[in-house]
Amino acid sequence: MPSISRPLSLWRRFVNFCFVVLSALAAIVVLAPLAAIFGYLVYKGIGSLNWEFITNTPRPVGETGGGMANAIVGSVMILGIGSIIGLPLGIGAGIYMAEFGRGRFVNLVRFTADVLNGVPSIVVGIAVYALVVLRQQHFSALSGGVALGIMMIPTIARTTEEMLLMVPNTIREAALGLGIPQWRTTLQVTLRTAYKGVITGAMLAFARVAGETAPLLFTAFGNQFWNLNPNQPTAALPIQIFAYAVSPFDEWHRQAWAGALILIVLIVVAVSAVRVVTSRGTMEHNA
Amino acid sequence: MGVGIEVKDLNAWFGKAQVLNEINIKVAPNAVTAVIGPSGCGKSTFVRCLNRLHETVPDARVKGSVQVGDIDVYGTNTDAVDVRRRIGMVFQKPNPFPTMSIYDNVAAGLRLNGYNKRPELDQIVEDALRSAALWDEVKDVLRKKSGSSLSGGQQQRLCIARALAVQPELLLMDEPASALDPISTGKIEELIFQLKTQYTVVIVTHNMQQAARVADTTGFFLLGRLIEYDKTEKIFTTPSDKRTEDYITGRFG
Repeated sequence: MPSISRPLSLWRRFVNFCFVVLSALAAIVVLAPLAAIFGYLVYKGIGSLNWEFITNTPRPVGETGGGMANAIVGSVMILGIGSIIGLPLGIGAGIYMAEFGRGRFVNLVRFTADVLNGVPSIVVGIAVYALVVLRQQHFSALSGGVALGIMMIPTIARTTEEMLLMVPNTIREAALGLGIPQWRTTLQVTLRTAYKGVITGAMLAFARVAGETAPLLFTAFGNQFWNLNPNQPTAALPIQIFAYAVSPFDEWHRQAWAGALILIVLIVVAVSAVRVVTSRGTMEHNA
Repeated sequence: MGVGIEVKDLNAWFGKAQVLNEINIKVAPNAVTAVIGPSGCGKSTFVRCLNRLHETVPDARVKGSVQVGDIDVYGTNTDAVDVRRRIGMVFQKPNPFPTMSIYDNVAAGLRLNGYNKRPELDQIVEDALRSAALWDEVKDVLRKKSGSSLSGGQQQRLCIARALAVQPELLLMDEPASALDPISTGKIEELIFQLKTQYTVVIVTHNMQQAARVADTTGFFLLGRLIEYDKTEKIFTTPSDKRTEDYITGRFG
């Protein structure tokens, strides 16, 4: 009988080595596009990125200089409105599906959320155009926010549901057994236990819509000037990038690259900031 | 002070399956009562009917009357949340709230019911942890460590402290030591012995030695029926029902 503790044969060690190398390669292949995109953005955009770019509005065609300050602020405003709409509705629907929904209706809600997740963003834009813009008779940051908010809902709702379902039932029973009312159990015990996953879902949805251009084309519309009124046409980074990238001017092409870089940086900063804020004050989990 | 319990014609169902059949039982104040029986005999469901936790399961149903002290548990004007507030429960697997510190775990029952007076709360948390024999082990890390960072036995005592902090009139324990090692089990049993001076305790257990050690009275459940209920000593020495005898002598179960 062969001894179990004999040294690994050469062949086994070779196979082992091959698998380690293959999985490492797969990991690199996953990372490479992201690194390439970011690297290329920095390479193309950093040259046009300066103080003027982030503090000035666009200049007329032919003049050099100018920036995307209005689009940066506009994007923040539209994403803010989108989050105000998307977060509570998404988390609320997720709570309903995980904690209260029973039978057919909850299946319908889940199915609708999945379908909404698959609806092309331009269709959402058209719908909001018909429902909000046409009714108001003008483009606005508000309608852009509504479009982005609608797009955030399904992702947030489904991840919230999944995360809540991962909370063991014994935790809910512990809270109910203490005489804590159902609604408080859900909000302050179950949701609190799942909050890290819920936040991850929210950030995912946020990052996804932050780069959306199509639904903003006929809602927020874009604007070459400063606008802080949410009820007026508003510039947004993706629209500005799109408009500059398809223009025939080299100067605008360069600015489009810089705008894309700013957009990525904004998303990374927002996501990291939320991570830092929400992980602060967490308990020591290991004995 | 603990209160007495009187259960009359209690029936319980999960969907169409009846899991409790005409249970009648009377428990004296400040007594420890053990509920024993083979798996699936309805003993957990029985204690979960006492604090109306059974009905939180979808499709679960209860019929009958339960009187705990002056609470008519299934009375038409009785609020289930209020019942659970006055009857504490400890579960089989330790289930501290994972995102809360040790302090917050113990204070949860009061805080989430709107009670938030700081100095009093500190005192209640300390008293509850002392009653659960956990204070000395955690007093320096109350706010620094989460409940889930403790060992299994400590977690279970934390859950007992959490239940005691709301000052219940009755304490239900559903196999509180079955997931613990012998030393932790010993601590929990010792604790039950002390709690008896202030609370009425109903404990479900798989472990017959445990029932013999801690309980004043013992009820034997089989297939959803209460077969025999008597002084623990009598149940374990001269049971009057053949089925009880078969079970405690290890012929089945």
